[in-house]
Amino acid sequence: MEIYLETPLKTTDLEKLKIGDKVFISGTIYSGRDAAHKRLVELLENGKELPFDVEGQIIYYVGPAPAPPGRPIGSAGPTTSYRMDPYAPALLNVGLKAMIGKGPRSEEVIASMQKNNAVYLAAIGGAAVVMADSIKEAKIIAYEDLGPEAIREMKVENFPCIVANDVQGNDIYKEGVKKYKKEGF
Amino acid sequence: MREINVNEIIPIVKNLCIDANYFIGKDLVAKIKEFYVKETSPTAKDVLDILLKNYELAAENRMPICQDTGIAVIFVEIGQDVHIVGGDFTTAINEGVKQGYEAGYLRKSMVNDPIIERKNTTDNTPAIIYTEIVAGEDLKITVAPKGGGSENMSEVKMMKAADGIEGVIDFVVDRIARSGGNPCPPIIVGVGLGGNFEQSALLSKKSLLRNLDEENPDPKWAEIEKIILGKINNLGIGPQGLGGNTTALAVHILTKPCHIASMPVAVNVQCHAARHKSIII
Repeated sequence: MEIYLETPLKTTDLEKLKIGDKVFISGTIYSGRDAAHKRLVELLENGKELPFDVEGQIIYYVGPAPAPPGRPIGSAGPTTSYRMDPYAPALLNVGLKAMIGKGPRSEEVIASMQKNNAVYLAAIGGAAVVMADSIKEAKIIAYEDLGPEAIREMKVENFPCIVANDVQGNDIYKEGVKKYKKEGF
Repeated sequence: MREINVNEIIPIVKNLCIDANYFIGKDLVAKIKEFYVKETSPTAKDVLDILLKNYELAAENRMPICQDTGIAVIFVEIGQDVHIVGGDFTTAINEGVKQGYEAGYLRKSMVNDPIIERKNTTDNTPAIIYTEIVAGEDLKITVAPKGGGSENMSEVKMMKAADGIEGVIDFVVDRIARSGGNPCPPIIVGVGLGGNFEQSALLSKKSLLRNLDEENPDPKWAEIEKIILGKINNLGIGPQGLGGNTTALAVHILTKPCHIASMPVAVNVQCHAARHKSIII
């Protein structure tokens, strides 16, 4: 199924998503990966305010290439998500509604998504120019010192993803493999 | 004796870094098209289709195929009759990398310290440089940018001779099974067998430089590559790990003699953005 979503996300939007659905996102999303996540979670642990309000928002695990002249951003495909697993539940607990990345998540993150009515969306790793084409604006809003790992606020139009974990706790990485696995070795 | 000035080397390395990141090899595109026909999962077909579109767009827009423009891995074959003049060779290579990553709008992904500081070096240096002295008076430079996601799924295992070829096959297939969607499948699996601990790892990386339209020159190993590829594609992982028949596009094996007590096996995982460009000066 093809579904068009706008940010900030509403729980009613997310409840109808099923693993394997194609989703096209429009609105504002935020970039963040390893080093930025470490800092965000340290802020939460110390009871401090985050550099942006995560309520209903999406974090895209990306460290984009520099923007060439005339473009808002360089190539911008997803990075591997499991490295953010230790940090994700803390952000989901304060209202983050979706994460975009690539590769499977841990049981803890899947359980946290189910508890918090959040989803995980797979973008296509290595399709970085296709992804960059749907990012219309980008600006650094925090941690500029981290270079490619800085947090960017990005305006996206029909940003393409596939639902990988839905709010019911289903996991495409398990289901998909089960479906196409062949015996014989 | 032939003299080559380092000033000649710098722009060559610069351009190889840019070209490798913008232009995927025709052999890889042909391989993905070949697997597209055989793929039975509609989601997997969609993914492969987007990857093909992305290679085209990258070349057309002169943008890197993937935002992870990698650590710059550089293989140099230096003819023994070549004399490098005009400056330091390693500095020249790193200068070429620095210029290429800057001028090509490529991402700088190197941190200065692996654990404590982890501060970005801001120019993607230092490169990882392997030099080999060969006969003749040519200088061959290969730039193979390597992304972190697939590199993280790689492993070396010191196996026993008693584990046999079955043990090796099981280890390689299991390594890929445990990697799932993380290394950006469809992948290319580089396998280094023999040598010692570190040589096996280098062999596994070097095996990835072989073009995808070339068979292993040794029919015995060509056969084993096919067996491992079949087993990997039966895992069901599929493109991006979303399920399908296209988990790996190829398995490449390189071997070396080894110690009577050892059987080192290294697996270096390469994502579908298998980038490498070479030039002979």
